[in-house]
Amino acid sequence: QVVWSMLGNRQFCSYKMTTKTQNFCRNEYNLTGLCNRSSCPLANSQYATIREEKGRCYLYMKTIERAAFPRRLWERVLLNKNYEKALEQIDENLIYWPRFIRHKCKQRFTKITQYLIRIRKLTLKRQRKLVPLRRKIERRERRREEKALIAAQLDNAIEKELLERLKQDTYGDIYNFPIHAFDKALQQQDAESESESDAEREEEDDEDVDKREFVEAEDSDLSDFEDMDKLETSSEEEQEEEEEVEKTASHSKSKGKTPLKGPARRKRPYIEIEYEEETEQTTKTKAA
Amino acid sequence: AGHGGTNAGQSGSAGPPAPERVLFPPTFSVSEIKNKQRRHFMFLRWKQQQRKEKLAAKKKRRKEREALGDKAPPKAIPKTIENQRVYDETTVDPNDEEVAFDEATDEFAPYFNRQTVPKILITTSDRPRGRTVRFCEQLATVIPNSHVYYRRGLALKRIIPQCIARDFTDLIVINEDRKIPNGLVLSHLPDGPTAHFRMSSVRLRKEIKRKGKEPTQHVPEVILNNFTTRLGHSVGRMFASLFPHDPQFIGRQVATFHNQRDYIFFRFHRYIFKSEKKVGIQELGPRFTLKLRSLQKGTFDSKFGEYEWIHKRREMDTSRRKFHL
Repeated sequence: QVVWSMLGNRQFCSYKMTTKTQNFCRNEYNLTGLCNRSSCPLANSQYATIREEKGRCYLYMKTIERAAFPRRLWERVLLNKNYEKALEQIDENLIYWPRFIRHKCKQRFTKITQYLIRIRKLTLKRQRKLVPLRRKIERRERRREEKALIAAQLDNAIEKELLERLKQDTYGDIYNFPIHAFDKALQQQDAESESESDAEREEEDDEDVDKREFVEAEDSDLSDFEDMDKLETSSEEEQEEEEEVEKTASHSKSKGKTPLKGPARRKRPYIEIEYEEETEQTTKTKAA
Repeated sequence: AGHGGTNAGQSGSAGPPAPERVLFPPTFSVSEIKNKQRRHFMFLRWKQQQRKEKLAAKKKRRKEREALGDKAPPKAIPKTIENQRVYDETTVDPNDEEVAFDEATDEFAPYFNRQTVPKILITTSDRPRGRTVRFCEQLATVIPNSHVYYRRGLALKRIIPQCIARDFTDLIVINEDRKIPNGLVLSHLPDGPTAHFRMSSVRLRKEIKRKGKEPTQHVPEVILNNFTTRLGHSVGRMFASLFPHDPQFIGRQVATFHNQRDYIFFRFHRYIFKSEKKVGIQELGPRFTLKLRSLQKGTFDSKFGEYEWIHKRREMDTSRRKFHL
């Protein structure tokens, strides 16, 4: 009583923490954690708490008789692991003690057992392990990755690889770029005389007409993948695109954009094609 | 005293343009001039002169080379990190029989013999955030025959037997940290190797510039670049086994895993052959880079697994020219 009027109420208690709404007591033997007259271990000469160490719960008791011996002040009783038996133990130890302390002890014990159970359950589940990143290493790795990216020249590498595969004929007959035949035909053209080349040119014009059709079909259909049949038909024909190839190559735009409509420009000077164009377009609209 | 050698008539900061040959005496140093403007000006002139000299030297060398014709010494190749790479003894020789035999009998053999069709399960760590979810979806469109399932607190060790029972061949787990994906665990299921990667610079489809339409359902081709060592070979085969073995060339899609200095870059493109010497590619699909952290022999087991390779920073990062993949 004296203690409380001195320390707790008015003057300074080092265990006391005040917040806007509540006073807390930091004393480790405190039963409720609040700073009250009835739950201050300093102010009450008969006091009891429950504390747990390493998963086992103990009942600590303080009586007036031992007030002169601070070392033997708190008496400790190990509680049973079984919940009900431990409650009985508390009861028999705190018999004839004020109701408040008994009740609060049991409440505290309940809470402690609950959180111990939860700890045990969580440790069985997967734990998330936090691995700290080292900033310097992180920075180094990022820089190295950037440099590796620049050194990799991915676009070029991919293009080279694809051209390699084309050369090695992994694509079979889909594309009409037979390289060796092209070279041979070039040589043939150079070697022959003009008249023969004229005759060839006439034939090529007709072929060009057809070819252009096919090329057009390819390009326009390749932009939407639904009509695979037209591709197959064009591949079946297997006509060599000699000059067509050159023209499209010269008109090629930047690589990243949609497939080019280069041959579209060539339509105008040839009147014959317009006729075929219309049929082309009608077929397109039917398909679309 | 030091400026005695400069051309007379040059004075002040922005003097008239320098003549063709400015002679700097050998004892002259630009940093000795106290006046900042003049020092700057002198420095620029010195730099110009250096450049001129360099150009002249180059021209002379080129003339000499042409003059010599066939007898000229070969051109000097610049040193790159790839050139200077420390020779790794586990580099695979294409004709190596032992390697070929190993590869014929390892866990990927049934795939390469076309006995199994890959079926892939993609999942994440707990509680994936938006970006990771979207990335998973996009990855699922890129890899054919793949399914995304969310992990609601299930342990990996319990998932794996279930996956094997349902006939999945591969499992991909994307680990997430602070709302971005940063790790990838790829494990080949019927008791196959597990590779753990760190994933960085993930770009979703909408962040890629000039992208095309969505990847279609065709089976893409696979390009694996620069996997030279034994370790690299096994990782490369792991990647190859994600995709079905028969690419549909009609689809004209290609997935690339390019290894450069131990970083594996993944890209997904659509290509078109404009002529037989020119091809255009257009990027669609997500992109990311991976760095191998560890390779485990069995399926995912962090405590008792048998590790084939772990990246040990202290031992392996000592030399800048040494790479492991």
